[in-house]
Amino acid sequence: MTASILFFVLASVAIAAALGMLISRNPVNSALWLILNLFCVAGLYLTVNAEFIAVIQVLVYAGAIMVLFLFVIMLLNLSVLPDLKRIEWRRIIAFIMGMGLLAMLMFIVANTLDMVPDPVTLQVAAETGSATSLAKVLFTQYAMPLEVIGILLLAATIGAVVIAKKKPV
Amino acid sequence: MNLAWYWTALIAFVIVNFLLISASVLVYAERKVSGYMQNRPGPNRVGPFGFLQPFADVVKLVFKENIVPALANPFVHSLAPMMMVVIAMTAGALIPFAHNVVIADMDVSVLVLLALTSISVYGVTLAGWSSNSKYSLLGGLRSSAQMISYELSMGLSVLSVVLIASSLSLTEIVTDQAGGWGILGWNVFRNPIGAILFIVTAFAETNRAPFDLPEAEQELVGGYHTEYSGMKFGMFFLAEYVNFFIASFVIVTLFFGGYMLPFESLILAQWPALAGSIPLMIMQIGTVIIKAGFFAYVFIWVRWTLPRFKYQQLMTLGWKYLLPIALVNAMLVAVGVMIFS
Repeated sequence: MTASILFFVLASVAIAAALGMLISRNPVNSALWLILNLFCVAGLYLTVNAEFIAVIQVLVYAGAIMVLFLFVIMLLNLSVLPDLKRIEWRRIIAFIMGMGLLAMLMFIVANTLDMVPDPVTLQVAAETGSATSLAKVLFTQYAMPLEVIGILLLAATIGAVVIAKKKPV
Repeated sequence: MNLAWYWTALIAFVIVNFLLISASVLVYAERKVSGYMQNRPGPNRVGPFGFLQPFADVVKLVFKENIVPALANPFVHSLAPMMMVVIAMTAGALIPFAHNVVIADMDVSVLVLLALTSISVYGVTLAGWSSNSKYSLLGGLRSSAQMISYELSMGLSVLSVVLIASSLSLTEIVTDQAGGWGILGWNVFRNPIGAILFIVTAFAETNRAPFDLPEAEQELVGGYHTEYSGMKFGMFFLAEYVNFFIASFVIVTLFFGGYMLPFESLILAQWPALAGSIPLMIMQIGTVIIKAGFFAYVFIWVRWTLPRFKYQQLMTLGWKYLLPIALVNAMLVAVGVMIFS
């Protein structure tokens, strides 16, 4: 019960924050909205007992990536966009209703094709969401893709260093 | 441990007030210690031995005018000090103060702690940006660069402890240090390099001297909080002291046996009736506070002993020395854990 109330509160805040990020005219405010959105998504993970993923979400996205975004936005000193003169409500309402219709159709199509995942109870979610079970799966069943991703990230890091150096090494 | 919500709320209330009081005690301690180190008496006018000086300071800060620069972003300008204090206080929920006395006993509390350190950089960065002043901005940028650089080494030194305890929970890391004779089970003896690395990076993460570049007053006037006055400045001040007190608690929890009494296993073998009793709990709370108080003293001691690093020295130390040492240490610990367990 508490979990579902929390879910709806967090979900609506997350959507509002995403909208705020899109329509905000100041780049720093946009970044702040995005950070709020990331925190809400972390909260959503917590409502389904996935503590590890929630913490990693905050640690990686909010803690590392968004700090760099903010850093760059501040260094660029972007100007604030002028406010819109008038807002076309007809278009906004049409967009919302169109998206609602699309979501319903997608759900029906997925349902008839039997693609909707079965609901998982919170106990099962807590077991599969823990760091230990996640690590077991990652380092046995998905060991190969994990290593490949690691090498890819290392290559990207080295590439970034090479590009950042003015003279070729 | 599943307590009713009102007990958790009560414990949280006690811990928040404990942190607030300890911040003012630390401010007094810092001024007194620095005074003695510089061969002067320090504050000695307000109350006995000047003990009421921090309270007088707080009253002064509350009554000061709140000035917001004309071109500042007013919302973010107010948000930044609040974020600093809230994040600093939140970390208190994760520290085990005695056996089973912890507000949020999570399975991944070590990671939550790292996440809190990594988001605490927002307070400084946003304060620097929103003030619309070049000194503030430079302080904010320096702090985000510094904290991102030292987070890596900090994470790796924490990883070595996690490997030894094979758990991400702070309470289990503490109970894991119960083995060994007397105090030899503490992680500082099993993982000395990790302990030194963690203490150094904790100084950098809390922006304390010799890593206090974000607020280097000789170059940046006051750094990220140049444009703050009144209680907003007071909140930055409060957050700084709460931060390094919490950092001392974390150092104690990860490396110095946490709430465990020295020779606790021997004491319990002598008096088995003590196990799980209230007196033991009180002794454990006292132990962790004394240990953390010692490290808080070390923070003050270092600040008044070592000069500040230059910016490129800071980056060289972080990336070229601490990070490789931390990597090698994590690997050595992993090999050691594989051999001995």
